Amino acid sequence: MRSEWLILIAGMTAVTFGPRVFPLLFLHRRTIPEPVLRWLSFIPVAILAALLAPSLAVVDGRLDLGRHNLYLLAAVPTFLVAAFNRRNLFLTALVGMASLVLLRQVL
Amino acid sequence: MDIIRTALPVLLGYAPIGVAYGVLAHQAGLSLWETAALSFFVYAGSSQFIAVAMWQAGAGFLAITFTTFLVNLRHFLMSAALSPYLGRYSKLWLTYFGGELTDETFAVHSTRLRQGDPGYAGKPLLLVNEAAHLTWTAASAVGYLAGTALGNPQRLGLDFALPAMFAALLVMQVRRRLDVVVALAAAALSLGLPFLIPGRWNVLLAAVLAASIGAVLDGGKHQCVVSG
Repeated sequence: MRSEWLILIAGMTAVTFGPRVFPLLFLHRRTIPEPVLRWLSFIPVAILAALLAPSLAVVDGRLDLGRHNLYLLAAVPTFLVAAFNRRNLFLTALVGMASLVLLRQVL
Repeated sequence: MDIIRTALPVLLGYAPIGVAYGVLAHQAGLSLWETAALSFFVYAGSSQFIAVAMWQAGAGFLAITFTTFLVNLRHFLMSAALSPYLGRYSKLWLTYFGGELTDETFAVHSTRLRQGDPGYAGKPLLLVNEAAHLTWTAASAVGYLAGTALGNPQRLGLDFALPAMFAALLVMQVRRRLDVVVALAAAALSLGLPFLIPGRWNVLLAAVLAASIGAVLDGGKHQCVVSG
């Protein structure tokens, strides 16, 4: 391994590992104030939506909300299945993948 | 079995992206060990793609490391959000667990922990992490070695495994009407913020702002109930 990459990997690991672990250690067994807990309770929904939206609506770096965006179209049956089946994650993922394959063949 | 079913969408999604990263790293001139070490130690997909592209474009240590920091800062929020559920574990356990926290494992963990399933404690938490970490690293190496010979993952729709899983987990997370409001706000902000602010702040900022909207609206309601 080149020393250039050794140093780079060490740096990248440090700045990635820190934010992953620090809050868990800092907040460990501490009493978190109620308003902060309430705020934290919204974080999963907020992060999931903030990550999902660009993965569906941004194509090749551009916002695409049109009906030719296959990801957006495949998201419709995916959300429907997810809404009626709130336990089986794998089934929803399969339906989503199958929808996209079908859409690619039809359109 | 239940754990496998929980982890499988993550693994199915990681495999083709890991392979794609391996292909890219090979083309950019990294060695096999550099490619795999980046996946094993940094273990953060989008920042790895960015780092390889930046390195190829001639960027230096500071620029790449700082960009990596920004791109991966969102894990700070995830780590904090999981903390209230993990009081029973030791700091050593939390260090190991947190070190393998990604968007996808966070999505799975936060949903399952919120459901309060007692079977999802201890080992299952680590197993999901380890399976995902191993898949990611192995897929990177396979991509590096096999290159484009593996064919197009789009044929099987594998490029939609992670978005579909996120959609499913998002729906599972929605418990109250405010969750829908927060999700819509986060989605709109995440899509809209790049037009206002350059750089890679959108996911982090969108999540912080949307959660704040939720907390403020929720707080207001509580006060009404108390005063009424």
